[in-house]
Amino acid sequence: MDTVSNDILSQKRETPGRILEIRRDFPILNRVIQDKPLVYLDNGASTQMPRQVMDTITAYHEFHHSNVHRGVHQLSQEATDLYEGAREKVRSFIGAKSTKEIVYTSGTTAAINLVANSYGTANLTKGDKILISNMEHHANIVPWYMIARKTGAEIVVIPIHDDGSLDMDAFVELLDEKVKIVCVNHVSNALGTVNPINEIAVLCREKNIATVVDGAQAIGHFPVDVTDLGVDFYAFSGHKMHGPTGIGILYGREELLESMEPFMGGGDMILSVSFDEISWNELPYKFEAGTPPIAQAIGLGAAIDYLNSLDREFLESYEQQLLEYANEKLSQIPGVRIIGTAEGKISLNSFVINGVHPHDIGTILDGEGVAVRTGQHCAEPVMDRFGIPATTRASMAFYNTFEEIDALADALLKVTELFDVTD
Amino acid sequence: MLLTNRSKNLYQEVILDHNKNPRNYRAIENPSHFAKGNNPLCGDKLDVYLTVDENNVVTDVSFVGDGCAISKASASIMTTLVKDKTIDEVHKLFEGFHDMATGKIEPDDDPKLRRLRAFSGVKDLPARVKCATLAWHTLDAALKDKEIVSTE
Ligand SMILES: Cc1ncc(COP(=O)(O)O)c(C=O)c1O
Repeated sequence: MDTVSNDILSQKRETPGRILEIRRDFPILNRVIQDKPLVYLDNGASTQMPRQVMDTITAYHEFHHSNVHRGVHQLSQEATDLYEGAREKVRSFIGAKSTKEIVYTSGTTAAINLVANSYGTANLTKGDKILISNMEHHANIVPWYMIARKTGAEIVVIPIHDDGSLDMDAFVELLDEKVKIVCVNHVSNALGTVNPINEIAVLCREKNIATVVDGAQAIGHFPVDVTDLGVDFYAFSGHKMHGPTGIGILYGREELLESMEPFMGGGDMILSVSFDEISWNELPYKFEAGTPPIAQAIGLGAAIDYLNSLDREFLESYEQQLLEYANEKLSQIPGVRIIGTAEGKISLNSFVINGVHPHDIGTILDGEGVAVRTGQHCAEPVMDRFGIPATTRASMAFYNTFEEIDALADALLKVTELFDVTD
Repeated sequence: MLLTNRSKNLYQEVILDHNKNPRNYRAIENPSHFAKGNNPLCGDKLDVYLTVDENNVVTDVSFVGDGCAISKASASIMTTLVKDKTIDEVHKLFEGFHDMATGKIEPDDDPKLRRLRAFSGVKDLPARVKCATLAWHTLDAALKDKEIVSTE
């Protein structure tokens, strides 16, 4: 066993100075967990916030806090400017044509529920089909299941290959005239697969099928341009792109949003109300009933500023190096099998170890300061597809280091020694 | 083999041994009591079988299932402990075990808990308490003739 350990240790790599510099922006990365430095490899669940984002949120609370769109007083105007300023940052960040296409929500889940309830209810009837990929997060399954039950539409699964990539041949075959909506994630949170969204969107646009893309796992890892992608709806969450929780975005093509009825009713989303007649506010406010998460939206804007201040091309290639390094290290640990090996995947490794339950792995890793996710990752159909009850997932961000991958590998070796795992 | 703190407390030799070689790992044909346990959070699933005689004594007990080391070892050790006990004694043991796993009592507080002390470490790991108690909840459900129990 010791020889294995030494072999692995002998091939260490050094983390570039630029990354170490970036790490200083993230105070939480200095935490010590049970005498060990924190090794945070649960970025798929939630990414950490840089100090710049926290400072912006604090400054908002200390100087500007007030309700938005509602007051003539100075603070309300400042809060509104900051809040709407963040919307413009989002628009430009994802290449949308207009801020009318940028709807604030509480997260990806809320964004997809909005589309399902508003667009889905109006555009689906009995016998229609909703195509959903086999690698979706429950957030892009359950709302559709609920709408399908209401409308009598049918859910059809787009299969995936053994490497975790989408079966595009099968997808093309499934595209008949009954298909009204296609739901697919940009990046799978359980497998790391990056799906060919542009190709999917082009095929759907030809046939007038709406595309609902769950971008939760993509947005923090590489630049996204919704106009280039050609999608109809694109959803993501602030907390997976180094922003706060409680805020997310629904991008919707203006023409479609315009045609849709609001999902929630209340203040701010109406132009005029009497008990006989109500007229909806203009886009995007029609979909934003009630006092929104103002500080969180401004925090999301700060996260975008932060990401824009970095060399994202460099970070993307660095993350790929981390992934390669992690693949190499994991392959040297007895009994490890990586689930999801699609070409071009993001820096995320889901894996199982022969005969060891992921929860035991998670607890032992936690004892070593290594934070990973274990379980089904809200993607039970993926687990069923691969015939496994659960996986352990190490999901990386640009602030992770090669040394942290070493720490992960060392902790996993402890697991395999403890459980006497052989290949 | 050096493991730190919390997890070291939990992953002791006893637990690893019972995980690897679970005792009474079989189904009983025509059991007098049976229940299925399920921890949806972990995907742990186990079936507990019992034969209880007319004097309320457990004459045979077994389990079959899949789960993490903690839930499997707990089930295995449980079967070795409840055999030949009366239902009353089994209930007392379950109560003591539950109180120990949730940190209400120390294993040394009760001599009956001596052979269960390996699980006292779960009290520091709230997410794992359910793994340790699943088998016992399932056994309890079987004795109450409830067929399905979930510890979520
Ligand atoms: C692919 C994917 N979709 C949707 C979600 C849900 O995001 P949220 O919980 O922020 O709504 C997640 C995060 O867990 C995810 O990974």
